[in-house]
Amino acid sequence: MPHRTFFWFIIPSLTAMILFIAFPVISVITQSLHVEHEKVLISSESCGPFGCKQVTVIDVEATAQLRTDQPLGQFSGFDNYTNRNHLAFDEISLAWSNSENMSMFFNKLLNLPFYKALAFTLTYTFVVTPFVIVLGLAIALGVNALPKFAKGPTIFVSLLPMIVTPLIGSLILFWMIDGEGVIGASIQSLFNDPNLSLKASPALTWMMLIVYGIWHSAPFSFIVFYAGLQTVPTDTLEAATIDGANRWQRIRYVVVPYMKPLVVFITLMQLMDNFRVLEPIVSFASEASATSLSWIIYKDLTSDTQLFGSAAATSMLTIVGVAILLLPVLFRTWRDFSRTAH
Amino acid sequence: MSNPAQRRSTSLAIISTGFVVLWIMVAASPFLWTLWGSFKVQGDFFSKADWTNALYGVRTMIETGDFFTTNGYYGAWVEHGFGESVINTTIVVVSTVIISLTLGTLGGYALARSGFKYSFWILMLALVFRAMPHITLVSGYLLPFFEWNVWGYLPTSIIVLVAINQPFTLWMLHSFFLNIPKDLDESAMVDGCTRFQAFRHVIIPVMWPGVITTGLFSFLLAYNDFAVTASLLSQDNQTMIPKIASFLGTTQVEGNVMFAVAAVVSAMIPLFILVMFFQRQIVSGLTAGAVKG
Repeated sequence: MPHRTFFWFIIPSLTAMILFIAFPVISVITQSLHVEHEKVLISSESCGPFGCKQVTVIDVEATAQLRTDQPLGQFSGFDNYTNRNHLAFDEISLAWSNSENMSMFFNKLLNLPFYKALAFTLTYTFVVTPFVIVLGLAIALGVNALPKFAKGPTIFVSLLPMIVTPLIGSLILFWMIDGEGVIGASIQSLFNDPNLSLKASPALTWMMLIVYGIWHSAPFSFIVFYAGLQTVPTDTLEAATIDGANRWQRIRYVVVPYMKPLVVFITLMQLMDNFRVLEPIVSFASEASATSLSWIIYKDLTSDTQLFGSAAATSMLTIVGVAILLLPVLFRTWRDFSRTAH
Repeated sequence: MSNPAQRRSTSLAIISTGFVVLWIMVAASPFLWTLWGSFKVQGDFFSKADWTNALYGVRTMIETGDFFTTNGYYGAWVEHGFGESVINTTIVVVSTVIISLTLGTLGGYALARSGFKYSFWILMLALVFRAMPHITLVSGYLLPFFEWNVWGYLPTSIIVLVAINQPFTLWMLHSFFLNIPKDLDESAMVDGCTRFQAFRHVIIPVMWPGVITTGLFSFLLAYNDFAVTASLLSQDNQTMIPKIASFLGTTQVEGNVMFAVAAVVSAMIPLFILVMFFQRQIVSGLTAGAVKG
């Protein structure tokens, strides 16, 4: 296909991506280097019967004018990145020198909003992803052994947790684990503790969010593995049986190697999707015990005074995080590609 | 099952079937529970006394005189105007799917038929774009959109969703077009068609399975989106998912959480119907990228 034709075919799609994905990234970078204008203050002396004093009032009009003239705010360099709500270098060094031991230091660290969110986001990503892979493979092996008539309906039901809107799926779970919901109430009666609340304790909240994540993503890896299982050649399995491999060895040495590229694919997709976890936190209203990077951006953007600079700085840090996560996988893909190309 | 490699001992078969049954229960019961509970009053769905009340509708019987009540649905659809957000969702989703597919088929076809190195780089770029959390992009949109006075309108959200959808659409359609033999359009070009005519008359008639599958995923992305629609649409133009999220704030205070439950069930139903009719396409779409490597 000549370059010209290729160009005309790809241009609409490429334009959309450049305008609405590449440019916003540039816009995020610019915004992250600016902060909102401070309020314009007028000080005047007001004199009363008891003498004069300095009064400072906010000049609402001038503030609004300044904000419309320069919506980006004022240039602040890397302040957005280093202030308390983001990387918080000052607070960390202070905490480091004031803490007697590591656990005290980590306690202080996890009180800083960015690190609190980062801790949950990373935990969520790295707990959900392996669980999803193992559970998905187990379900796929199980469904593969079912009689033919049962497979279709099983796949139908299995798809539901994945297909349903994340906000809705997590809300449903949230209502069930409510102290008065079915799971919450059952757990209370199970442990005979009427005050036990899955929402009150941070550890339990983290656990419930992770359970939701696994429930939501397991179908994806199940479907991918299930399709992969159909491509495992029966000849090889038979040969392994004749050579004396037992069932476990057949799975370990024949099936699993066939699944390897699928594991890479699922890992890649899961790392991307789990790192951006947002909806469950909104549904669970769990900001007291668990927040995520996406959630703090969302909160900055939707609160009454929108903090564009702060949101942009967190966004940049999140993008860097995604890049670090995906680098190994991307590098591997690139190596495979150049190997097949030459 | 005469194949010795696939013969299984009975105990293993029981364990594996039991595991699948357990999974099915875990996967399905939250939906059934909520569907059933949406026809009850709050006192049953969130029962202080006994969770079985939700099954039998004890409070519902006392409060409304019937075992089932549609009060939740009435509240959501009539009092809180859920219907408007359903119309908005329909507009957004249908437009997003049609525009994404139009751009995506052209681009995906070009990528599949071009052997140049830069087509690989475009695909890699698309993968990088796919990895960006949507909310980080939203924080780039908001300020310019405010400045240009385009914030809050449906078309803005549609264009943004189309763009966010493109990386995925390109990848998927690219792999579908790779499966259509090159000879097909090349022989049309030997017969004197231009590349576009070959695409128009030879490829379009055979590409529908791939396009339908990709369309389903575009549909799901637009329908399920929260980050973009919640922050880019004004209160009047809200689609279903942000509407449900805003229900939470207001209804919990009023003690009308059942409105939210009813709205959630209403938003769930179209998805279930979709899976019912297009299960095969969804499964093949999920695996298209993976199995071929």
